[in-house]
Amino acid sequence: MIRFENVTKTYQRSSEPALDGISLEIERGEFVFVVGQSGSGKSTLLRLILCEESATSGNVLVAGRELSQLPRRKVPALRREIGCVFQDFRLLPNKDVFQNVAFALQVLGKSRQSIKAVVPETLEMVGLAGKERRLPHQLSGGEQQRVAIARAFVNKPPILLADEPTGNLDPTISLEIVRLLDRINRTGTTIVMATHDNGIVDQLRKRVVELDDGALVRDQMRGVYGGQL
Amino acid sequence: MRLQFILSEIWVALRRNLSMSISVALVTMVSVLFLGLGVLAQRQVDTMKDYWYDRVQVSIFLCTAKSDLPNCITGAVTDSQRTQIRSQLDAMKPLVKNVFPESQQQAYDRLKSQSKDSLTYREITPAQMPESFRVQLSDPTKYDVITSAFVGAPGVGDVQDQRPILDPLFNVLRGLSFGALGLAGLMVLCSALLVATTIRQTAFGRRRETGIMRLVGASAFNIQLPFILETLIATVVGSALAIGVLWAMVRYGIGYLGKKLPINFITTADLWTVTPWLVGAAAGLAILTAWLTLRRYLRV
Repeated sequence: MIRFENVTKTYQRSSEPALDGISLEIERGEFVFVVGQSGSGKSTLLRLILCEESATSGNVLVAGRELSQLPRRKVPALRREIGCVFQDFRLLPNKDVFQNVAFALQVLGKSRQSIKAVVPETLEMVGLAGKERRLPHQLSGGEQQRVAIARAFVNKPPILLADEPTGNLDPTISLEIVRLLDRINRTGTTIVMATHDNGIVDQLRKRVVELDDGALVRDQMRGVYGGQL
Repeated sequence: MRLQFILSEIWVALRRNLSMSISVALVTMVSVLFLGLGVLAQRQVDTMKDYWYDRVQVSIFLCTAKSDLPNCITGAVTDSQRTQIRSQLDAMKPLVKNVFPESQQQAYDRLKSQSKDSLTYREITPAQMPESFRVQLSDPTKYDVITSAFVGAPGVGDVQDQRPILDPLFNVLRGLSFGALGLAGLMVLCSALLVATTIRQTAFGRRRETGIMRLVGASAFNIQLPFILETLIATVVGSALAIGVLWAMVRYGIGYLGKKLPINFITTADLWTVTPWLVGAAAGLAILTAWLTLRRYLRV
């Protein structure tokens, strides 16, 4: 589903590469934690998958597309196959819960009937049934992140990227959010989650990819945050 | 994107950016107003030219007994020379539309009526006035055909075209219209810069929406479309206001002058002829400016 072949990314005005010769393969339906300290390259890895950045060298393949060969006009089609969740939720403050989730479908030209059918179904799945008309500021942090997850998943993308989705949440809520991502993963969606929340990683025991100064230092199935079993 | 969604998003955005949208509409109004004034002034000059050139004549002055013109040293025009000139003029139809012969007495009477407040005519006798053929041309610009045919012909003292008398007036009017077009150019530049600034501000204010649109896979066209349509709406409103002001100026201002002065003026029909071009130019420029600004400042 996602493959990195000896990928290096060096940003302009930076002498050190953010990612240095990464090779990695993520299969369809996997749940992968990307761990590492701040500045280790976790977000860069996600941005490369999303085609927000291009690799300085090496190949990135996502959903059968080689991104270095992908014309700009075809990038939106790729992004329709990837959902994104961020630490800061990125909800639209003037739209209610329903409208925030529906927005992702409306901008893609989906019909009103399908939006009316799919959005409540997705909100129910993330545990927000009955809160459709609430504005983001009327929700807790955990609920806001659920809205963001609903928006990322409403289009049923085969890949879901989560960049520190629990960074702004307390441990109990964080665990609920990751359990929700786990449920989404069970529907067949590939999840790649960047985090440095060791409690969550240790509890879920999924595949762990560890980065350190842009280098892949560990790729462990059913891993834990610190690397010990 | 579906039309209803786009329209509702645009409505919300226009309400949110009301003051900026109004400023774009007003600056567009002033730009289109100047542009319209310049274009209409050009049409006015053309209308006046058509009107006056239709009335100006080429005068073929014949020799008098006392004429000191170089071609008149043989004395006054003879009957056969006069007949020859007349038949030559008749042969030049349809370029020659009408020929009005003016005798020495008629020329004297006209001078008398034109100079009634002056005593000059009292020192002049009808015999001193040149007899002439006043020639009206179907195409006044082909004056040189008459000149080449009659200058130096036997019995012809001089050939004069009245057209150059009017040219300074037309030149002034045309200069004014170019001035208006120059101002319009400056205003159009202001308008384009304002549109660019407005779009930059709006794009910055809506970066979260556009960011989400980009991430969920909306195409560049879909992300840019609401901005372009908002600009287009403000521009069309501004252009419509300008056309309204121009209509009032032509209908009431020029309409009033038309009743008072014996000059052919432009009418609202002229305005309706140029309206699609004015609105089209304003809309085209707004779309182009918006598109270029979005390419530069909106990440898609």
